[in-house]
Amino acid sequence: MLFNLTPEQFFYIFRGAGWTIVLSMLGVAGGVLLGIPIALARVSRHTWLKRASGLYVQINQAIPLPVTMFVVYFGISIGGYTVPVLVAAALALTVNAAAYLGEIWRGSIESVPSTQWEASESLALSYVQRMQYVILPQALRISIPPTVGFVVALVKNTSYAVVIGMSELTYSSRVVNNTTFQPFVIFTIAAGLYFMMCYPLSVLSLRLERIVRQA
Amino acid sequence: MANEENEATDSMVRFEKVRKFYGEIEVLKGISLNVSRGEVISLIGRSGSGKSTALRCINGLEAINEGRLHVCGRALHDAHIDLRALRRDVGIVFQSYNLFPHLTVLQNITLAPRKVRRLPLKEATDLALRVLNQVGLFEKANAYPSELSGGQQQRVAIARSLAMEPRLMLFDEVTSALDPELTGEVLRVIEKLAADGMTMVIVTHEMAFARSVADQLVFMNQGIVWETGNGDMLRQPRTEELQQFVGSGL
Repeated sequence: MLFNLTPEQFFYIFRGAGWTIVLSMLGVAGGVLLGIPIALARVSRHTWLKRASGLYVQINQAIPLPVTMFVVYFGISIGGYTVPVLVAAALALTVNAAAYLGEIWRGSIESVPSTQWEASESLALSYVQRMQYVILPQALRISIPPTVGFVVALVKNTSYAVVIGMSELTYSSRVVNNTTFQPFVIFTIAAGLYFMMCYPLSVLSLRLERIVRQA
Repeated sequence: MANEENEATDSMVRFEKVRKFYGEIEVLKGISLNVSRGEVISLIGRSGSGKSTALRCINGLEAINEGRLHVCGRALHDAHIDLRALRRDVGIVFQSYNLFPHLTVLQNITLAPRKVRRLPLKEATDLALRVLNQVGLFEKANAYPSELSGGQQQRVAIARSLAMEPRLMLFDEVTSALDPELTGEVLRVIEKLAADGMTMVIVTHEMAFARSVADQLVFMNQGIVWETGNGDMLRQPRTEELQQFVGSGL
């Protein structure tokens, strides 16, 4: 028995880590799907689209993620539906991540020089064509390092799903601690597992940053 | 083309008392100017005289506030102007080239012909190679802009505009960002275009070039057309302002 933990207890913690990965992937997927239209709306020429998306970003950046978790989870149940906590947690992460990714991408789009807009406009390309062929490909390169950096934060943010009782890594660690009373050992293991998930992403982010800067 | 013959006048660009404000500041104070088909006009003057602004009004990059402006038979003072249609006819080349850095030379040139003129890839590529040949850069088709010198990038920018087969070309200080030894190769391309009969409006600080290539010189000062004439105008300025400008510039 390592650290006085049974194999079952280890397995329980690892299974929590597995759910953390699943939740992270759902959060990233949802955040990307919702973040793209938000970024496009933020740079749109239509004032109301700009304002509505700006308001969305402001609101979600002002609300702590655990509170969003509660609101989404209990909001759904008030509506008369019961969903698995995984779904509620993934939705809350999506709502939150979309606000941050939308802002990252808005900044990326706006950092493409305005002369690129002028040049493509002067060639009679439409707004959509300018975005598609000229602006977004350049914005994409700029956005990759901060986007990967945000994904690291998102992986750690999945731990807030503990508040609605989803059995991800933080929750399962706490459950095991409740029976073994070895908080230092157990949460050190949890910390190690979080590190193993996030460190490769951090390295990737730094490396991408260097590549983008060179190009 | 029948369409062109049916036009009432031979005028490609006609400014009539055009005024333009940036907030409170009046940058064009009622300018009138005509460019006929096949004519080459050079706008000269100090920085801030309004010459670049006037040029940018011609393809609608800047909107005019008062007066009338016709370009290729279209009224730019009309709020309902179809700017995309106008820009198919009017090419512009900028001081800072503004090539698309993520695309090759060939892709830079074929983008608008393919997406705007809807040419098939093969046809667009043939066209691109033809205009590249025209600016002497046939062998650079697959290079990226960052692999080219400033002069080469500017020639690609000219080729990119030519691929839209415009009726009018605008040049906005296209050699100002170039080293003197690279300026010549760009100016030679423009001279060749002039010889081929292209209608052009050229904003430039190269006085010798302006005098040799332009049919008409337009000296702008303080937002108005101060003096116009042919190349001799620089030798015998009528106004004190042009005299000072020529004296400081040459």
